Amino acid sequence: MADTTKEKSRAPKSVQAHKITPPADSGAIGAQTTVTIDGKDLKVPIGTTILEAARQLGVRIPTLCYHDDLCIAGVCRVCVVEVEGQRTLQASCAYPISQPIKVWTHTQKVRRARRHIIDLLLSEHYGECYACPRNNNCELQALAKEYGVDYFRFGHVEAPKYEKDESSYSVMRDMNKCVLCRRCVRTCIDLQEVGVLEVTNRGAASKVETFEDKPLADVVCINCGQCINRCPTGALTEKDFTDDIWAAIEDPTKHVVVQTAPSPRAGIGECFGLEPGHALTFEMNTALRRMGFDMVFDTNFSADLTIIEEGTELLLRLYKALVEKDESAALPQFTSCSPGWVKYIEHFYPEMLPNVSSAKSPQQMFGAVIKTYYAEKHGIDPKDIVSVSLMPCAAKKFECNRPEMADSGFKDIDYALTTRELGKMISESGIYLPDMPKSDFDDPFGTATGSGVIFGATGGVMEAALRSVIELVMGIKVEDLFEHADITPVRGVEGMRYAEVKIDRVGPVPDLLKHLVPDWEWLKGATLKAGVAHGTANAKRVLEDIKAGGKFSQCHFIEFMACPGGCLGGGGQPIPTSPEIRAKRAEAIYSEDAAYEVRKSHENPAVIELYEKFLTDGPCGHKSHKLLHTGYTARGKYIP
Amino acid sequence: MISYDDHLMTFTSVDADAGLKAALGKKRAEVLSEVEHSGLKGRGGAGFPTSMKWNLCAAATGAEKFVVCNADEGEPGTFKDRVILADYPDLVFAGMTAAAYAIGAIKGILYLRGEYAYLRKHLEGVLARRREANLLGEKIGGKDGFDFDIEIRMGSGAYVCGEETALIESLEGYRGEPRNRPPFPVDTGFQSRPTTVNNVETLAWVTCILAKGAAWFQSIGTEKSKGLKIFSISGDVETPGVYEFPMGITVAELLEKVGGTGAKAVQIGGASGHCIPASQFDRAIAFEDVPTGGSIIVFGPERDMLAVAENFMEFFAEESCGQCTPCREGNEKLLEGIELLKAGCCSMKYLRELCALGETMQLASKCGLGQSSPNAFLSIVENFKDEILGRTPETV
Amino acid sequence: MLVTDSEQLRDFIRAKADLYGRDRSGLMPILQAVQERYSRITDLAMQEIADLLDIHPVEVYGVVSFYSFLDCEPKGRFIIRLCRTISCEMLGKERVARQIENDLGVPFGETTDDGLFTLEWANCLGMCDQGPAMLVNDQVFTRVTPEKVQDILEGCRKTFVAHVSQHREEHA
Repeated sequence: MADTTKEKSRAPKSVQAHKITPPADSGAIGAQTTVTIDGKDLKVPIGTTILEAARQLGVRIPTLCYHDDLCIAGVCRVCVVEVEGQRTLQASCAYPISQPIKVWTHTQKVRRARRHIIDLLLSEHYGECYACPRNNNCELQALAKEYGVDYFRFGHVEAPKYEKDESSYSVMRDMNKCVLCRRCVRTCIDLQEVGVLEVTNRGAASKVETFEDKPLADVVCINCGQCINRCPTGALTEKDFTDDIWAAIEDPTKHVVVQTAPSPRAGIGECFGLEPGHALTFEMNTALRRMGFDMVFDTNFSADLTIIEEGTELLLRLYKALVEKDESAALPQFTSCSPGWVKYIEHFYPEMLPNVSSAKSPQQMFGAVIKTYYAEKHGIDPKDIVSVSLMPCAAKKFECNRPEMADSGFKDIDYALTTRELGKMISESGIYLPDMPKSDFDDPFGTATGSGVIFGATGGVMEAALRSVIELVMGIKVEDLFEHADITPVRGVEGMRYAEVKIDRVGPVPDLLKHLVPDWEWLKGATLKAGVAHGTANAKRVLEDIKAGGKFSQCHFIEFMACPGGCLGGGGQPIPTSPEIRAKRAEAIYSEDAAYEVRKSHENPAVIELYEKFLTDGPCGHKSHKLLHTGYTARGKYIP
Repeated sequence: MISYDDHLMTFTSVDADAGLKAALGKKRAEVLSEVEHSGLKGRGGAGFPTSMKWNLCAAATGAEKFVVCNADEGEPGTFKDRVILADYPDLVFAGMTAAAYAIGAIKGILYLRGEYAYLRKHLEGVLARRREANLLGEKIGGKDGFDFDIEIRMGSGAYVCGEETALIESLEGYRGEPRNRPPFPVDTGFQSRPTTVNNVETLAWVTCILAKGAAWFQSIGTEKSKGLKIFSISGDVETPGVYEFPMGITVAELLEKVGGTGAKAVQIGGASGHCIPASQFDRAIAFEDVPTGGSIIVFGPERDMLAVAENFMEFFAEESCGQCTPCREGNEKLLEGIELLKAGCCSMKYLRELCALGETMQLASKCGLGQSSPNAFLSIVENFKDEILGRTPETV
Repeated sequence: MLVTDSEQLRDFIRAKADLYGRDRSGLMPILQAVQERYSRITDLAMQEIADLLDIHPVEVYGVVSFYSFLDCEPKGRFIIRLCRTISCEMLGKERVARQIENDLGVPFGETTDDGLFTLEWANCLGMCDQGPAMLVNDQVFTRVTPEKVQDILEGCRKTFVAHVSQHREEHA
């Protein structure tokens, strides 16, 4: 069995946390020590950093390169403090306390040092604040304000030095604004283990670059946008298509429809100053109509559709493997709704592409249905439909532009909007979102179930799939096995999770699938094994485990999400991000699910109607395969 | 190559192998205590007490420990390690072996700067010879359980790799960027194992101390700076080269010995050191007064001190690793300031701002490079104002 | 330019990785070996090394770009590095610099058209008592004068061989 638990951080040592390992028993003698910060005492386990201790005491120390999700860098020197007995100032984020020390956080030396550091950063930063997407949400601006910067002590950049990298559909790089905090490097190499960005050269010529400084579109960037979420300034942003969308809305010949995903709804409130965790789903519907969208649909509808298609695909693979003993049925089956994850496996594990479900993501399935079924039903020419999706995701911009995503003869999705972009469009419209009255989604795609909502959290796709598989195969109610249909074993934030469901009895085959399998007897007694991974570093560990014949190789179905936390932590969500913020967004999503009357995808009446009226050859049938399924490209990791 | 044997009397006279054998005849704790009594402090420039480093390393838990010899001599004006490696390599390797014995290390690494690649073949030959003579390898000197060998690893042209944690980063295959400290290499060093990083000269003195006794070393030098020091002297002097003098020698005394009296200023400690004007030539070269890793650069009366400051600042701007804000940006700002001064258009207000920035760099930089790069600028501005202010720009 | 046949390059890298270890600690010696053999470290070399050491190509690129003696870009067969630090400056490096530029016909930072010489600055070479000092590949020259420059360059041209490392055996 492969050792998949060994943690090996791949970030350079200088940006790793050299932690003094705290003793296992914090009650043991010598395991704790006292730190005095600005005169206040605190007992802490040895190895605690000054910054951690200060936060416990409620003492504010400003930071820049420090980030809750990332390993410690200690490079910006903004968080420096005076430690009694030391001549030099120490970075509080990186200084582990191993004996009693006295610390002062705001002496004259410290204030002057911080002010100098901010002045130095400003002297190299091309600040065009009023034209920058991070205006009013920029950590450099915030520091400048906090430290009373009122003139450019060391000068200012008059003109940009570097050209922007706009090659990628998803992520834009403007190195003129980079403050060399290295958060993006630590995110890409250490957190996500994709490895696209690194600091190059030396001294003042240091620059964050890709391999040989090639455009992002030419290297192995998976478009997850996690770097954008952690960048303190406007150096990394998403590709903005809002002007195109406004143009479509203002074009009277165009029928502009929008579908909204659960995670943006849970996050958009943060764009308007609300605490994380306030879903503004129905307020947003009103706002979108007032902005001029012709129809507002619920992505959860197509999430339910995805569950039916992908669940059927899984059952067919299981049938092939277990009954027909066909070795070409690749198991475990991997989910395919995360485009960042899809590009990851295309680059790094192309040999495992057969395991990836052929089902499109909910966004793309919806797009295909809109330009065929919906267009037909409402007598609209598909060429006049502009299909927009609201996603928490940066990679969706790449996904909707994949050449194969146009099976209807028209692009499934014309534009994928991020939560942040929509926040901008809403305020441009003079709307203060929290004050909007609530309104429902439009039919025929306004019906969704709770299963669709939970797609936004890691484990959500798996839970939605299991709810349906359990009911459709075992013929029981999910509530019989899991209280309130909450399948908690697949929930949580642990990087890799595993759950089992014993199929000890089977029911009749539902009408929808009758033409595919005669009965469920061949599954009786089997144990369905499911895995969940979020963040590509964990995805990688799972894939390596599968290759080595470990626990995950015995799974039948694994949910992979490129972003830590799942879509709610996606590269298009409001900035900043942190484990606490993501936890609150998850709470909002699971509460929304609990409030739904219908919570299983196969019970969605609109989905059932779609199969009756349009996808008449059933899930994974000919028409579904044409419109709702797709293929992948083995890209490999070689950079030409 | 020029020989300085007649200047380096002690090194020439000490038998390296006798020193090592003396150490192996003692218990490990006795070796540590001998080094402690000698009062030896690091000879690379930082002046950390060698015994304290070794004691911490010996006490650190872990079976795998390393002895690293820092031969990344890059401080402007320093060339004494080159001479020591070329002419007295056995002293250095014996010192490393004694260190390994004292702290319990089984592997040693000589990190040799890329610019000294021409010494490598010679050094590999010395190592091979020592292996054959059972002074390296298994059961050294017949001592059961004492295995130690030394590998040479090359630098590739980065001054900052002379900083011990940056050196370790380089050995591990990373950019030479200094680490956050604490923790220190003595418990978390190469591959996160306890590691002692010592300068070439320090190790050579260790061998001499083991051969001649701690008392001998103790009897030379000052209260806080014991023993002898090798100086590399260049610039406006009659006889540049390497010299052995006791710690505590005054600047004036030194200048007399090398034919440099009449100098306007002496840069002690290289580009990261201090510029001492003639009025202060009675100061002592020691850790408690003006310290140095060995670099002494003498400036005659005709030298332009602003050009000197410019040369040093250009050096630091190029060699800064770029990690931390104060050093990466601060060195550029100080250099720009010198350009303004050269053009005669720097206001006193801005000059004061730059000096304040220099003080911040000394306090807030992540490592010794940024902490000392403003030294030359500040001391030259302090001591040579008449030369610096209100200049008429040179016509090209 | 030296032979950069990708098969041969891969075999060379593999051999070095076996010698120095297939983990990150082996990176510097492997890069130095490739630099010595091929006078540069190409895209392909960096990706091959990254694959063998199980690190990302951009990390290898970050390391190569950090060190002055490792190059992604092609350099001349002889890399001339003239010291520009204060002691050599005081002994007249400026005039030597001008003369080298004249004799080679390229300014500092560039390579001659015939691909033989790259002219670069270096910081303190540790020959401060015998300046002006200069490195030509691994070999050091001291007390260089504008006149001596021509001899040194001629010496290089005469002993020009296909393999850079063989040149190192020449001088005592």
